[in-house]
Amino acid sequence: MNMADDAARATGDARAEAMARRDRMAVLARADGKRLRALWTGLSLDPAFEMIRGPETGLATVRGRISGDGAPFNFGDVTVTRASVRLSDGSVGHAYRLGRDLGAARLCAVIDALARDNASATKIDSALVRPLQQAQTQRDARRQAETAATKVDFFTLVRGED
Amino acid sequence: MYVAVKGGETAIDNAHRLLADRRRGDRGVADLGLDQIMQQLSLAVDRVMSEGALYDRELAALAIKQARGDMIEAIFLARAYRTTLPRFGYTRPVDTADMQVERRISACFKDLPGGQLLGPTFDYTHRLLDPGLAAGQAPETPAVRAPEQAGMMRVSDFLDQEGLLEPAPEEAAKPVPDDIARTPMIYPLDRDARLQALARGDEGFLLSMAYSTQRGYARSHPFAGEIRIGEVALELDVPELDFPAPLGRIQVTECQMVNQFQGSAKAPPQFTRGYGLVFGQAERKAMAMSLVDRSLRATELGEDLVAPAQDEEFVIAHADNVQATGFVEHLKLPHYVDFQSELDLVRRLRAETGAGDEAAQEDSE
Repeated sequence: MNMADDAARATGDARAEAMARRDRMAVLARADGKRLRALWTGLSLDPAFEMIRGPETGLATVRGRISGDGAPFNFGDVTVTRASVRLSDGSVGHAYRLGRDLGAARLCAVIDALARDNASATKIDSALVRPLQQAQTQRDARRQAETAATKVDFFTLVRGED
Repeated sequence: MYVAVKGGETAIDNAHRLLADRRRGDRGVADLGLDQIMQQLSLAVDRVMSEGALYDRELAALAIKQARGDMIEAIFLARAYRTTLPRFGYTRPVDTADMQVERRISACFKDLPGGQLLGPTFDYTHRLLDPGLAAGQAPETPAVRAPEQAGMMRVSDFLDQEGLLEPAPEEAAKPVPDDIARTPMIYPLDRDARLQALARGDEGFLLSMAYSTQRGYARSHPFAGEIRIGEVALELDVPELDFPAPLGRIQVTECQMVNQFQGSAKAPPQFTRGYGLVFGQAERKAMAMSLVDRSLRATELGEDLVAPAQDEEFVIAHADNVQATGFVEHLKLPHYVDFQSELDLVRRLRAETGAGDEAAQEDSE
């Protein structure tokens, strides 16, 4: 019983960790390369690492769905750059980003590898990921507000009775 | 017959050198930066990405600059670059219901949840040239308003609820879609392959085909059920991660065209749909694509085949402007030997019929 609980907790923890990693990768993938490098420099981290793969640029074929929610179809390609690194402590990190910025993909893979360690993850999240995420959220909110200002307010004209 | 001849190397080199000079133009005018093209000619960038079937704003901007603004040449450059890259895989299908919407309108329903959001549109402008823009006047900052928190369901989803709209084709019927970039097209195509071909099709060609259906060549009674433009997130399944890798976001335009349909032996009276999905902000293209998608479903829906826009092979085989320009423009390449043989043939035919002699006599009279 206890063992089952432990297993369930361990599974839950693993899932939460995977989701946190996923969310971090999503922020890093969307981040502007210049801003990413500036924040990284501010962290003063310089771990030794070796490249396992890449950084390399290739294509992903984008799929849509017929009528938005039906069967999938391919509708075009997008450039993607990926990188995988191994730190000297053995941690492995991966990165995927739209576009062709090799340096940014390599850096994102290093950050992903460092964040496999909980203490480093906390530091990276507060000093690098959160500021990037805030900037992204602000950009989205600003654009939403600009779009909302173009919403049509219909009004009904009163019909004359005479 | 092909006969190898040499010559023209110097002429070709010098022609390309001249091209580079003319492309740059007057050196007293500032060189055009890719960032300027990406920012200020963004719809041109979108068109190159959609017809080049390659989403990369910077590469599309470079293609436009290199092609001196010749869009089909730029699209050709994007396609050629595309072939040099390895393929990492297929993304998960984008969820357009979960779009960060920049524009969303429906011509069917006035009061739809989320409302009519005009966004940055040319609609309702007076199409008067703006001297202020020529003078470099700075625009006002955009107005803002608190957005509604309600989600923005697709118009098709609530039309669906009454059962008057045909359902979308189910995934289970064909889980892995065809890919015309990897396998040759064999007619008749499935709808997925057709949509892929239309998505990269020439905007002008699709526009004319769509227009022909409105003018009565395969009438399809269309309504713009919904058009939405905005950013969608991309995810790629990769073996090294136990969750799909988030890639970032791209901008797309989606059009759901709703068509009145009186019913046939194959389907009851209902609203049928045509679908358009295009890279970037490309409303005209997405609308044309959805109209042509619908007209090409004639056989599936049991309609009479009476018009070019219903002829799949005619439409799809001629929609690709890179293929089209390749074949049309190849005519300007040297055909000296072919032409000599044809010249010889026509002379002999005229000699045999004696037509040449009569014509010569008339000329002398």
